Amino acid sequence: MSRIVAPSDTSPAANSAGPFGDRRNFLRKGMAIAGGAAAAGAGLAHAAPLAIPDSNKAFGKPIAETDYGMPSKYEADVKRRRTDVFKNRQNYSDWSFTPLADQHGTVTPNGLIYERHHNGTPDIDPATHRLVIHGMVRQPLEFSMDDLMRYPSVSRFHFMECSGNGLTDWLKAASKTVQQTHGLLSGGQWTGIPVSRLLDEAGVAPGAKWVIFEGADGSAHLRSIPIAKAMDDCLLVYALNGEKLRAENGYPLRLFVPGWEGNVSVKWLRRIKVGDEPWYVRGETARYTDPMPDGKWRIFSFDMECKSVITRPSGGMNIQAGNHEIQGFAWSGKGSITAVDVTTDGGKTWKEAVLEGPVMNKSLTRFRAPWNWDGRPTTIASRAVDSTGYVQPTVAEIAKVRAIVGFVQHHNGVFPWSVSAAGEVKNAIA
Amino acid sequence: MRSPSVLAGAALAAGFALALTGCATAPSATSASAKSDVRLGKPISAADLAAWDIDIRTSDGRGLPPGRGTVAEGKAVYEAQCIACHGADAKGGPVYGAMVGGVGSFKTGTRVVTPGSMYPYAPILFDYIRRAMPMDRPQSMSANEVYAVSGYILNLNGLVPADAVMDASSLPKVMMPNRDGFIVDDRPDTQAKRCMQNCL
Repeated sequence: MSRIVAPSDTSPAANSAGPFGDRRNFLRKGMAIAGGAAAAGAGLAHAAPLAIPDSNKAFGKPIAETDYGMPSKYEADVKRRRTDVFKNRQNYSDWSFTPLADQHGTVTPNGLIYERHHNGTPDIDPATHRLVIHGMVRQPLEFSMDDLMRYPSVSRFHFMECSGNGLTDWLKAASKTVQQTHGLLSGGQWTGIPVSRLLDEAGVAPGAKWVIFEGADGSAHLRSIPIAKAMDDCLLVYALNGEKLRAENGYPLRLFVPGWEGNVSVKWLRRIKVGDEPWYVRGETARYTDPMPDGKWRIFSFDMECKSVITRPSGGMNIQAGNHEIQGFAWSGKGSITAVDVTTDGGKTWKEAVLEGPVMNKSLTRFRAPWNWDGRPTTIASRAVDSTGYVQPTVAEIAKVRAIVGFVQHHNGVFPWSVSAAGEVKNAIA
Repeated sequence: MRSPSVLAGAALAAGFALALTGCATAPSATSASAKSDVRLGKPISAADLAAWDIDIRTSDGRGLPPGRGTVAEGKAVYEAQCIACHGADAKGGPVYGAMVGGVGSFKTGTRVVTPGSMYPYAPILFDYIRRAMPMDRPQSMSANEVYAVSGYILNLNGLVPADAVMDASSLPKVMMPNRDGFIVDDRPDTQAKRCMQNCL
């Protein structure tokens, strides 16, 4: 099936041209807005007469001499939230989720980027922060933040996802909302220096194969990764979405590893050490490993494989019969999204959704599919395909080859939402 | 570490990158900045970065510092610095679960993950405790204290005797039950198909 990509500036005609959107749907849209029995029995309800709003009749708020704009007070519910399922007994090694249902476009606002820290958010003065590169290099080097700001920078759009995203919802529907099921996922434009640039300056010694990255936080969090990946596309990031990193996202400097599990993108980066073997630290042996059959554990499973989820409608919402636009995100750590299929009949049939451009490598990609809900209970879900040809599997397919037991990472299974006759949308993973 | 063939090393590393990703569209990170002559790294000596150089290569203990500690000393350290969160005898406390037991549980329906059951190499204890514990004052313990409390946790897990002395030589030699419990990433491990009609 050919890939269908709409330009980001889509007209209504383009909206209705995809495999989901035929002309009949488009023409029917007006009929169904009022929904259900009212529309069928009494026709369209009329809008009430309009009064001039108060905002038209008064001064607005003056421009402050200096300011940092904040979201409207009417958007106060759009917040990161800690888990309400797997509650930690302290909130230093903990996590909080991005409100995906309220994210528009593919850039997560900086105040809503998900958090996963191992000992809270440190307060680091960039004037005193230092980065050191040593180990198997010709010359160990130290850099200040002022030094790093003088290097040529690059900016790239990428998603970031925690390996533990969805870990509470493999075999039972524990979480209510898409924020809780999938919100350890964010996207944005990362700005910094290619890691290769500074490793080249230090001079990587022959035989070097692995690199460890270590943070300046209270856990001194660290991970080792193959030097090939570090030289390929990893960035030393100091800015995200046009401004310096927020403290909780690694200020003043972090590693960013495109497409790989979030915990290798070490925040508050202070040290890079080059070696010839992995370090096998706690984080990469006892924590971010996957239970496998026969009592085994899979190690160094870095890639975040192709995945998608419907964010509208999603868990906790109430919908009415009639026309809807199913919306969601798809992403792959191994390339770009080539297709997303959507089912609205519990998996019996699937139709290809429209991808909203630009579709970028290892980036959040939005999809949408028109849906005229007939008011009968059903289940909806999405299934993504990436540029390697990999098709997002179901949990049942994953469970055939891995052990889904305990604290299980790397959940990229197809994720269903049920819709009841009353229009309640609920997690339907099992 | 010195090398006369620095350029060869860099080229080798670049070759790994291509081999790893096999990606025709890999961003040309190096070439994008090749025209810039900015080189601002200041040489730093091993002595001057010693306070930061705390990583332990856990498979062989490389990086373990001088010092030593006994199981008995470790019990005292544990009861002074760790027990408030981890509970008596490392059986679990108000903040953290058990750090003992679980050996043999991985083939059952409930995998009990503890340092004893999970860590492939004993120096992971030293590396992690030194850098991250106690959580409210990490990097405050002496090497002797870290060796000692590592030995105490290993002893509670039945992996070293009560008279064990832990140091840079003995700690890497402790045989951990899960040493061979890991397999390298072999994904993709699913082969889902794109069924469009009559899929159930």
